[in-house]
Amino acid sequence: MSGDTQVMGPREEPRTNYLNAGYTLQSWLLTTDHKRIALLYLITITLFFMVGGIFALLIRLELLTPQGDLVTADTYNRLFTMHGLIMIFFFLIPSIPAVLGNFLVPIMIGARDLAFPRINLLSWYVFVLGGIIALSAAVAGGVDTGWTFYTPYSSTYSGSHVVLMAIGVFITGFSSILTGLNFIVTIHTMRAPGMTWFRLPLFIWAHYATSIIMILGTPVIAITIVLVALERVLRLGIFDPALGGDPILFQHLFWFYSHPAVYIMILPSMGVISELVTCFSRKRIFGYNFIAYSSLAIAVLGFLVWGHHMFVSGQSIFAGMVFSVLSFLVAIPSAVKVFNWTATLYKGSIELSAPMLYAFGFIGLFTIGGLTGLFLATLATDVHVTDTYFVVAHFHYIMVGGALMAYLGGMHFWWPKITGRLYPELWARLAAVLVFIGFNLTFFPQFILGYLGMPRRYFAYPEEFQALNVFSTAGAAVLGLGYLLPLAYLLWSLKYGARAGSNPWDAKGLEWEIASPPTTFNFETTPVVTEDAYDYPGEEVAVV
Amino acid sequence: MSDHPSTLAHHFDDLEQQRAASSLGMWLFLVTEIMFFGGLFCGYTVYRWMYPGAFAASSHELDIWLGAFNTAVLLGSSLTMALGVYSAQMGRRKALIAFLLLTMLLGSVFLGIKYVEYGHKFHEHLVPGAHFEFAGPFEREAQIFFSFYFAMTGMHALHMVIGLGLLTALVVMALRGSFSREYYTPVDMIGLYWHFVDIVWIFLFPLLYLIDRHK
Repeated sequence: MSGDTQVMGPREEPRTNYLNAGYTLQSWLLTTDHKRIALLYLITITLFFMVGGIFALLIRLELLTPQGDLVTADTYNRLFTMHGLIMIFFFLIPSIPAVLGNFLVPIMIGARDLAFPRINLLSWYVFVLGGIIALSAAVAGGVDTGWTFYTPYSSTYSGSHVVLMAIGVFITGFSSILTGLNFIVTIHTMRAPGMTWFRLPLFIWAHYATSIIMILGTPVIAITIVLVALERVLRLGIFDPALGGDPILFQHLFWFYSHPAVYIMILPSMGVISELVTCFSRKRIFGYNFIAYSSLAIAVLGFLVWGHHMFVSGQSIFAGMVFSVLSFLVAIPSAVKVFNWTATLYKGSIELSAPMLYAFGFIGLFTIGGLTGLFLATLATDVHVTDTYFVVAHFHYIMVGGALMAYLGGMHFWWPKITGRLYPELWARLAAVLVFIGFNLTFFPQFILGYLGMPRRYFAYPEEFQALNVFSTAGAAVLGLGYLLPLAYLLWSLKYGARAGSNPWDAKGLEWEIASPPTTFNFETTPVVTEDAYDYPGEEVAVV
Repeated sequence: MSDHPSTLAHHFDDLEQQRAASSLGMWLFLVTEIMFFGGLFCGYTVYRWMYPGAFAASSHELDIWLGAFNTAVLLGSSLTMALGVYSAQMGRRKALIAFLLLTMLLGSVFLGIKYVEYGHKFHEHLVPGAHFEFAGPFEREAQIFFSFYFAMTGMHALHMVIGLGLLTALVVMALRGSFSREYYTPVDMIGLYWHFVDIVWIFLFPLLYLIDRHK
C-alpha cells in the first residue's frame, strides 16, 4: 500500500485520479464522488452566475441615463427581481459550500467521502430541478415582486410568474438543507484519528456554522413560500389584510430565513479567507479558537436580528430597538475575525499571490460592508437610507465584495488541487486587481447616491444623479471583464497549465498531502493527524 | 478494505460509524422538519392570538370524536412501529414484517378518517375560497382558521403518505432478508420519522380540535 504513496515534491500525477476514473456521461451524472459532485455544482452555478450577470448588465445599462429609455418600468422590475433571485438562491448560497465545501470538507478531515454520498448527488439534482423551474419562470416572463416576494403584492396582485418561481426556490431550498445536513454529520462522525475539533481547519468550522443555518433556516422559508403559493392559488387569506391576514407576518417569516441566509453566504467565505491569510503569511493563524467560536456566534446571533429589515414595516418601536441592539452584537464576532486576520498578517512573510490579493480585497470590502451595516442597524439613520442605493451598496459589499471575492480567491487557491494544473499567476493577479477596482467603482458611488436619496428599484432617476450612475455602470464593465478573465484562463489552464504537484503553495492541511488531482477515495490509507492546523514556521521567526 | 461487510458503505470504517452517521443524519432531518412545521405553528399562534373568538368558534365545527379516534389510531401505530423496531433488533423477521404491515394499516385508517373529515368540511362549505360560508360574526377570521386547519393537517397527511411509502420499502427489504440483528438501521430511522409525524399530530389535535372545549 505505502509504495503507491510517494513523498512530497513535484511528483508524477498518479495514473488514476477522480477525473480520469471514468469518462462516460453516466460516470459523471451518477457519480457519488464528492469531488465530481463539486464539479457538477461548479459548472451549474457558473451558468447561473452568467444568467444573473446578464440581468445585472441590463440593469446597469438602463441606469446609464436618467430617463427610462432602454426597458419599460415593468421589465425593469422583472430584471432586478430575477437578478436578485438567481444570484442569491442559485449562485451565492450554493457557491462556496456546494463547490469548495463539497470538494474539501471530506478531504480536510481525512475522510473518503461525505457521510451520505447519494444524498449529496440528490442535492445536486434537486438544485438543477429547482434551477430549471426558476429559469423557465424567467423565460416565461419573470417575476416582478422583488426577490423578497413581499405580500400581499406577491400573493394577490402581481401578474407575474410568482408561483412557478416560488416552486423553483422551494425545491432548491432542499438541496441546501441536504448539503448542510451532510456536512454536519460528516464533520461529527467522519474525522480521521487525531483530527480533534480544535485541530480542524477553520474552513471546516465555518462550514459547520453555515450548515447549522442551512438546516434551521431553510425549512422556514420553504413553508413560507408554500403559504404564499397556496394563498395565491387557492385565495386563502393568510397574508392578505383584505381577508384578515397579516402581511407583516410574512416579512417576519421571510427574514427569519433570509437574514441568516446572508450568513450562509458570508460564513464559508470567512472560512476561505482564514485558509488564505495563514498560508500566504506563512504563519499560524492568530487566535484560532476565537475565529472558530466567532463562526458559531455569527450563526446563532444571525437568527436574532431579522427585524432590522423591518424598521419601517410597522413593527413596534420596541421590537425595532431590540433588533437594533442585537444587530450591533453581530459586529463583535465579525470584527473578531477581521482583527485576527490582520494580526496573522503582522510580521508574517506575506506573498502577494492571486488568492492573497482576493483575501486582501475581501478584508477591506467586508469591513466597509460591515461598518455600513451598522448605519443600517441604527434606527434613525436607517429610516433616512431605507430603500435607497445605500442599502444596495451595503449588501453588495458583503455579498459581492465579500462572498464573491472569497469564492474567487478560494477557487484560485484550490484550483491546482481540483484540476492538477496551475493557473497563469500574472493573469490571475491582473484579474484580481480588475475585480477590486471594478467592484469599488461600481458600488462605492451607490453609497453616495443612496445617502443623497436615490431610491432603489426605480428605472428612472433625477438628472443630478447621472454622473455617479455613469461611474457605477463603467465600474460594472470593468468588473465584468474581471470576471470573464478567470473564466478564460482557468479553462485554458486545464489543457496548457503547468502540472501543479501535490502542494504548489507549500501549504499545510490534509488536502495538500494527497495527489493533485486526488484519487477517487482521497487517501490510500486513513491518515493519522498528529499536529495542530496551520503549523507554519512563521511563529518562531516572527518575534524579534 | 476488502473485508468490508456488504451492508457497510465503502467510505465508512466500520458499522458503528455508519450507524452513528445515519442516526445523527436522521435526527438532524427531524430538526429541519420541526422548523418546517414550526413556521405553520408560528402563524397559527399569531392568528389565534389576534382572533381568539373566531378560532374557538371555528374549532367547534371540527368533529372531536373523529379527531380523538384518529389520535388513538396514530398512537397505536407508533406502538406497532416501536414493536417493529424491537423485532428487527431481535432479528425476528416475520414479526418485523407483521408489525410493519400493522403500522401501515393503522396509518391508512388514519388517512381514511381524515378523508371523511375533509369531505364533511367540503359539504359544510368550510373549505377556504370562493364557496366558504361561516354563520356568525367571524366569517373572515374563520377562513384563516380553516386555512391553517387544511395547511397543517394537509402537510401532516402528506408526511403520512410519504411514511407509508417508506414503510412499503421497508417491508420489501424485510421480505428480501436485508435486515439482521447487526444491520437494521433503515427500520430504526424510519421508525424515528414515523414517531415524529405522530408527535406532530399530538400537537395538532389539541390546537385545532380542543379550543375552548372545557366551557
